[in-house]
Amino acid sequence: MSSDVVTSGPSGPKGRTADRPARAAVLRGRERYIPVMATGALLLAMFVVGGMRYEAFASGQIVLNVFIDNAFLLVVAIGMTFVILTGGIDLSVGSVVALSTMISASLVTGQGWPPLLVIPLVLLIGAALGFAMGCIIHYFDIQPFIVTLAGMFLARGLCYTIGTDSIPITDETYTAIAQTRIDLSAEMFISPSVLIALAVVAVATYVLHYTRLGRNVYAVGGNEQSAMLMGLPVARTKIAVYTISGFCSALGGVLLSFYMLSGYGLHAVGMELDAIAAVVIGGTLLTGGSGYVLGTVLGVLVLGLIQTIISFEGTLSSWWTKIFIGMLLFVFILLQRLITARRP
Amino acid sequence: MATPVPILRMSGICKEFPGVRALSDVDFRLMPGEVHALMGENGAGKSTLIKVLTGVYDIDAGEITLDGAKVAFANPLQAQQAGISTVYQEVNLCANLSVAENIFIGREPRRLGRIRWREMRRRATALLDRLDLAIDVTAPLSAYSLAVQQMVAIARAVDISARVLVLDEPTSSLDAGEVEQLFRVMRRLKDEGIAILFVSHFLDQIYEIADRMTILRNGRLVGEYLTSELGQVELVGKMIGKELEDLTELDEKPKELEAVERSQPFVEARSLGRSGSVEPFTLTIHEGEVVGLAGLLGSGRTEVARLLFGADHATTGEVAVGGTPVALRTPRAATARGIAFCSENRRAEGLIPDLTVRENIVLALQAARGWSRPIPRRRQDELVDKYIQALRISPANPDQLVKNLSGGNQQKVLLARWLIVEPRLLILDEPTRGIDVGAKAEIQRLVASLADGGMAVLFISAELEEVLRLSHKVGVLRDRRLVAELPNDDDLTTGVLMETIASGGRT
Repeated sequence: MSSDVVTSGPSGPKGRTADRPARAAVLRGRERYIPVMATGALLLAMFVVGGMRYEAFASGQIVLNVFIDNAFLLVVAIGMTFVILTGGIDLSVGSVVALSTMISASLVTGQGWPPLLVIPLVLLIGAALGFAMGCIIHYFDIQPFIVTLAGMFLARGLCYTIGTDSIPITDETYTAIAQTRIDLSAEMFISPSVLIALAVVAVATYVLHYTRLGRNVYAVGGNEQSAMLMGLPVARTKIAVYTISGFCSALGGVLLSFYMLSGYGLHAVGMELDAIAAVVIGGTLLTGGSGYVLGTVLGVLVLGLIQTIISFEGTLSSWWTKIFIGMLLFVFILLQRLITARRP
Repeated sequence: MATPVPILRMSGICKEFPGVRALSDVDFRLMPGEVHALMGENGAGKSTLIKVLTGVYDIDAGEITLDGAKVAFANPLQAQQAGISTVYQEVNLCANLSVAENIFIGREPRRLGRIRWREMRRRATALLDRLDLAIDVTAPLSAYSLAVQQMVAIARAVDISARVLVLDEPTSSLDAGEVEQLFRVMRRLKDEGIAILFVSHFLDQIYEIADRMTILRNGRLVGEYLTSELGQVELVGKMIGKELEDLTELDEKPKELEAVERSQPFVEARSLGRSGSVEPFTLTIHEGEVVGLAGLLGSGRTEVARLLFGADHATTGEVAVGGTPVALRTPRAATARGIAFCSENRRAEGLIPDLTVRENIVLALQAARGWSRPIPRRRQDELVDKYIQALRISPANPDQLVKNLSGGNQQKVLLARWLIVEPRLLILDEPTRGIDVGAKAEIQRLVASLADGGMAVLFISAELEEVLRLSHKVGVLRDRRLVAELPNDDDLTTGVLMETIASGGRT
């Protein structure tokens, strides 16, 4: 490179310094979307294969059923997306979901409280749990893994202080919501839970892309030290994401109680791992700073569709779901590694 | 030239750390529209002064006035809000966000809480245009070179109403073209009346860009000079703190160069270099020869060592060890060929503080043997005892944890570790830094006797006297370039070395 060509002043060769990085930028700009696009392509391929293999697979209701059966997972995974975008992890979500169903069921069925009071209370408890974990993680500078692991045991244990058996919910509001079908066309319908989940998706997308909180989430995930030096509210952001995750878990719990019409300490066992899997398959980097809500939606759909395909297959045991999810995770983690690997 | 009213004035600044007086009674002033270089060797107090100025440290005595008003900053954010922004060598931005976001994050233009992306991009483009930088502001920052990233950091700083811009070694990892690009931006900001405080170890860069310089030494002010009125040799003299005349006489020299040059060349580096790190150099080290590397901090001494040890990948050139061309791609490959490297950063890159002296010493030998062939305890004890005695490591207790040893003894432990594997080339990077005189002399004596025994040694030190005392020949580095290779004969003195460092071997 001949540095003597570059002269000082405004008459300097502007174009020369401009075009080289710009070209690289086009590539890099696209690289960010590769994981999401890969997930989308995978989803499409699964549909095509399923449609060819099984009769009655290629119908709109199949897709909608995936949404209906996984609305709660979607909500939980959205909360997890916020946490993972900051580079953290939240292992407590499955337990918080279970705790939410348990509190709902015991208050509604056992105490006869009105659902309109119980649901906000449950959401508040979830958010408060998340807030507390966020505070511990930030102010005591402890690994999110271990703090939320403690939260996981705590919430799961609390379920059994309420009751060891499944508590059925017979309240009219709950059963009404559980049975409501919102017809989209003659043979297609969704449940109210799907609407709630989609609303969460919309709000999450807006928050992440059009508010300072959302951008701070990406900044903290990109480089926490730099975010601090740039004067961003790191503490507030980190605590906020765990609060959001706690809130989403509680909301997921509410949706699950609509779906199951019961509260049980063994609900949603291992759901935190499903949520993490969905987020990662959706292309969000576990190290933080990169990922999209849309990816998480696609990730949840992939997981749901695997289950659908296996049930269509009929002969396969449901454990094959886990095997496929495991293999997909490997593939997607390797894909991320290849994309983020720096050129030597 | 700058207007005579300083925008920033620091007077009588004192800063003490436990046991160290980092700054004593330092005055500093900065004019609007000037580039002012802060000069000094390592430990002179440059970073402390910058940290005091930007609110990282508070001061024990003295006062800072900005625009005539007395100020005191509790943290960097306050300093930034008052108009003093700092851009460090490593860019403190988020590489995953777009260029525009990096400039505006935390201050995004909004309407009813909604970020106005289009407005933000427009403003970012306009701002970068002002700095003569036409890049795509929507691309992630990671798509650009470090130089561009630094300029984005500068743009952010300038946009947050910076009147004083502190650039702390911004050029350390830039190549020549990128430095030129940065300087263009600096000149432009200077023309706009921004005061720039610039720190760099590259003398050429200082002379190219700075209008004025302030020199510190051992936490004290040496003086403030116009760049045009202070020659490079005088500058180096003032930084090191000795007049040239005092240094020109010196004592004992090692044996003649011709004698060792007759022996087998052990390592031959031909046009070996790494872009952005060190320019291609050619260097031959013979068996039994001590080659000294001299140069100021940041001149590329360590980089040369790391290339020869395979810790960094060379981008150009080749190395031959014992006559055979080899690719030193990893430290392991280098170790296998008998090359050992004592890092200058003994705490971070060398010793394991929580292991004992014995464990630290046998580490490299064990690594060379592989995990499947543990060294018998008796053999360990023999070896360790031998080196503890030979190097006079004290306390002479092999079970002492290394972290409890003094700096000099830690250094000896590190040396012992590499001596035990009987390397054929020993690279010593600042082996005597920060250790007391006695230990220093012992290490020097050891190096000389190792070379007598046929070991090749690459000896890196900031202390010219030491380099002269030990080396058969001296390579002089400046601005990441090997500018001269001088035989250590009667004509070579620290004065000559200093002149070579200052002039870049062009005289």
